[in-house]
Amino acid sequence: MQNQEYKMKDENTDFEVRSLDTMCTNESELNHPWWYNFKYLLVGILFGFILIKSEVVSWFRIQEMFHFQAFHMYGIIGSAVVVGLISVFLIKKFKIKTIHQESVDLHTKPFNKGQIFGGLIFGFGWALTGACPGPIYAQIGAGFLAVIVTILSAIVGTWVYGLIREKLPH
Amino acid sequence: MLELLKQPMPWYVAGPLIGLLVPALLLLGNKHFGISSSFRHICAACVPAKIPFFKYNWKKEMWNLFLVAGIVIGAFITQKYFSNNEPVQISESTKQLLQSWHITDFSGLMPMDIFGTAQILSLKGLIFMVIGGFLVGFGTRYAGGCTSGHSIMGLSNLQFSSLIATCGFMLGGILMSNFILPYIFKLF
Repeated sequence: MQNQEYKMKDENTDFEVRSLDTMCTNESELNHPWWYNFKYLLVGILFGFILIKSEVVSWFRIQEMFHFQAFHMYGIIGSAVVVGLISVFLIKKFKIKTIHQESVDLHTKPFNKGQIFGGLIFGFGWALTGACPGPIYAQIGAGFLAVIVTILSAIVGTWVYGLIREKLPH
Repeated sequence: MLELLKQPMPWYVAGPLIGLLVPALLLLGNKHFGISSSFRHICAACVPAKIPFFKYNWKKEMWNLFLVAGIVIGAFITQKYFSNNEPVQISESTKQLLQSWHITDFSGLMPMDIFGTAQILSLKGLIFMVIGGFLVGFGTRYAGGCTSGHSIMGLSNLQFSSLIATCGFMLGGILMSNFILPYIFKLF
């Protein structure tokens, strides 16, 4: 299994699959049973609660943000970044380990043109759907079942990107 | 306590709590906060179609699918048991703007004029859900992350590329909301 993985990485070095998409990844080298993942379910439940109660999932709030008519969304994203920054700084400075005694891996994410083009494309979608990916899941959970169409379409969008990515400027 | 939890959460509570998810995931198991990758894992698990971008061991990233399943469950519980059934507290100027776009229903988190199930097969459904969703899925993967992966996790780790991506998200959203949406609403 592991050999196969290394082989896959080698085959893909031409277009740097991992380095182009290193966000949201599992950096752990440990092999835990699948049910260890339930702790992330709990983190998700907490995130879902915050997204609903702070109204981040609201299409109304997203339009308000993009018209600069309230501080609410900027306050949330800004203060989240400040707390995240301090946390990452402290983890690095004191070399804090995970609860399984692994050292925390933080790596650089190289710049490529995808961050500009893809960023703009996602921005268009964000203003239309009123949701970035986290809130799409939350909207469905909150009972807006039509948003299942949005998520299926987002999965198709991701798939089409995978299909044509070698032809796109990066 | 229950009454307090039912109140809308102010930004200075919600923001820091979301920020704390970054160290929580790092310390629980070396996981980098991010949501949009779940779309890629779903593609890899369901329809990899021999595309190299989807040929990887998605089971190793299963934690991400547990995380997004948690969001759905958390949102469900919150809406069912912690809702105060009040409309979203948007500013008066936003409300006026949206009324000029002929949006009439401000009672819930989302305008049912656009996101009701009755709209799925309409032109509104095509533009806001089908095209909008496609742009979210395509754009986030092209950019290598979304608001969580780039704007929160990436900026927390001082990544220049994440700053560029975040500027792209904001600029794209501002352009769409200010200069394209007004014309889209004239179609209906």
